[in-house]
Amino acid sequence: MKLVTGIVKPFALGDVKEALEQLGVLGMTVTEVQGFGRQKGHTEVYRGAEYTVDFVPKIRVEVVVDDALAERVVDALVGAARTGKIGDGKVWVTPVETIVRVRTGERGADAL
Amino acid sequence: MDTGNTAYVLGCAALVMLMTPGLAFFYGGMVRATSVLNMMMMSLVSLGVIGLVWVLLGFSLVFGDSHAGLVGGFEFAGLRQVDTVVGGVPVQAFAMFQLMFAVITGALLSGAIADRARFWPWTLFVAGWTLVVYVPLAHWIFAFDGAVSAKGGWLANTLHALDFAGGTAVEVNSGASALALALVLGRRRGWPHEPMRPHNLPFVLLGAGLLWFGWFGFNAGSALAAGAVASNAFVTTMTAAAAAVVAWLALEHRLDGRPTSLGGASAAVAGLVGITPACGYVDTFGALLIGVAAGLVCQLAIRLKYRLGYDDSLDVVAIHGVGGMVGLFLTGLVATDAVNPAGRDGLFYGGGFGLLGAQVVAILVAAGWAFAGSAALAWLVRRTVGFRVPEHVEAAGIDEAEHAESAYEYSPLRTRGSGPERNWT
Repeated sequence: MKLVTGIVKPFALGDVKEALEQLGVLGMTVTEVQGFGRQKGHTEVYRGAEYTVDFVPKIRVEVVVDDALAERVVDALVGAARTGKIGDGKVWVTPVETIVRVRTGERGADAL
Repeated sequence: MDTGNTAYVLGCAALVMLMTPGLAFFYGGMVRATSVLNMMMMSLVSLGVIGLVWVLLGFSLVFGDSHAGLVGGFEFAGLRQVDTVVGGVPVQAFAMFQLMFAVITGALLSGAIADRARFWPWTLFVAGWTLVVYVPLAHWIFAFDGAVSAKGGWLANTLHALDFAGGTAVEVNSGASALALALVLGRRRGWPHEPMRPHNLPFVLLGAGLLWFGWFGFNAGSALAAGAVASNAFVTTMTAAAAAVVAWLALEHRLDGRPTSLGGASAAVAGLVGITPACGYVDTFGALLIGVAAGLVCQLAIRLKYRLGYDDSLDVVAIHGVGGMVGLFLTGLVATDAVNPAGRDGLFYGGGFGLLGAQVVAILVAAGWAFAGSAALAWLVRRTVGFRVPEHVEAAGIDEAEHAESAYEYSPLRTRGSGPERNWT
């Protein structure tokens, strides 16, 4: 199993969710996060005083999927989140040792 | 007794009361999320402590019979013997109207010392400040001969400066006092290189709206009669605030690239401050001029604190101090007795330099008195009981340390812990 993690622009979340559902992904975890990459922060001006805001709001999407599905999930995520402009985000894949459904105790792929 | 005018003054008193909670929102939104409660509490306790000081002593010392034009007597202490009627309005109603002025002026100072003043020392300061700084200034400019008492204050009756609703006693006073407080308390840790952005701009706009609304009571109410002078003051108040908003936003766009909500809210207040001394003595043209001038000059004045290095956190000096000076000075140019027979003609209306000179003296006296008195008092509080919170408290946010509360409970993690029954068993 693989954990696919995507950091995407907040407004891309709707498209990302739809794209993953179409692939048959049954669940996901979404977190509001802040950070910076090459895009860096932005500046705001309050009563003439300029402030740099270092961290930009992003959404972190996490899905655990079967190995066979992982590459297609990555492609779907990237496709849905891409605008072609700086700050579109990142997607990465990490191996997952095991997974347990808390309610039933099922393990492995059955728990997905 | 004139029931119409009495109803008007009582209603205006309530309008002015609303300005202080409005100010609490205006200021509260501008500070960081970890000190919003302390900021708002400084306004709330002003309603408490200045209200008490005013009832017990303040009103009497401002409106009691004057000693040499400098301070009133003790005859109305505790609001005793104020069952008389002046100009058709019970003095009790007037006393409450004036109480609200004292409260909002004291609360205004708190903007200069955001995030760093201990609560009880602030309370002590603002009570003392009401008696030592506000009371004499208010007596000098608000107590007219033959109104509540036979003899009033020297700025109004000897110098004949024009200040319809409190450019001196409220605006220049709060600005100069705020500067003294900011200097005695010192900068916030991290200022100006650490970001201290407003945490809730909609609060700031809500507060500005309440202030604008209440200001009609403040300015038009100062006519103390529902008639032509009050109506003129209402017109000039609206005109100046409107002009200030447009002028400020235009300049801000030019200087900073965008018109901002904080700028718009500040602009409204700057325009209202500027027209305060003038509103009952100028016409629409004068109001326009004052509104535009306040919108431009106050905005430029805000940048001064970074040049000069004083942390007047929420710009009381630039908006109230400078705005008040602009309004008082321009009154000396554009006042006309055509709108109010009790007024005088300014330079532009053939009155010569007489009024302008009086206005300048009034500005200098108000600024000097307020700065010296507030600096001395703040220094005394600092030396005796201490004024600032410890560094670690400031770093963590003042709300938790001074009030044992936090403003926002959005995280479900914060609901974990134990309840009060632990202490009751």
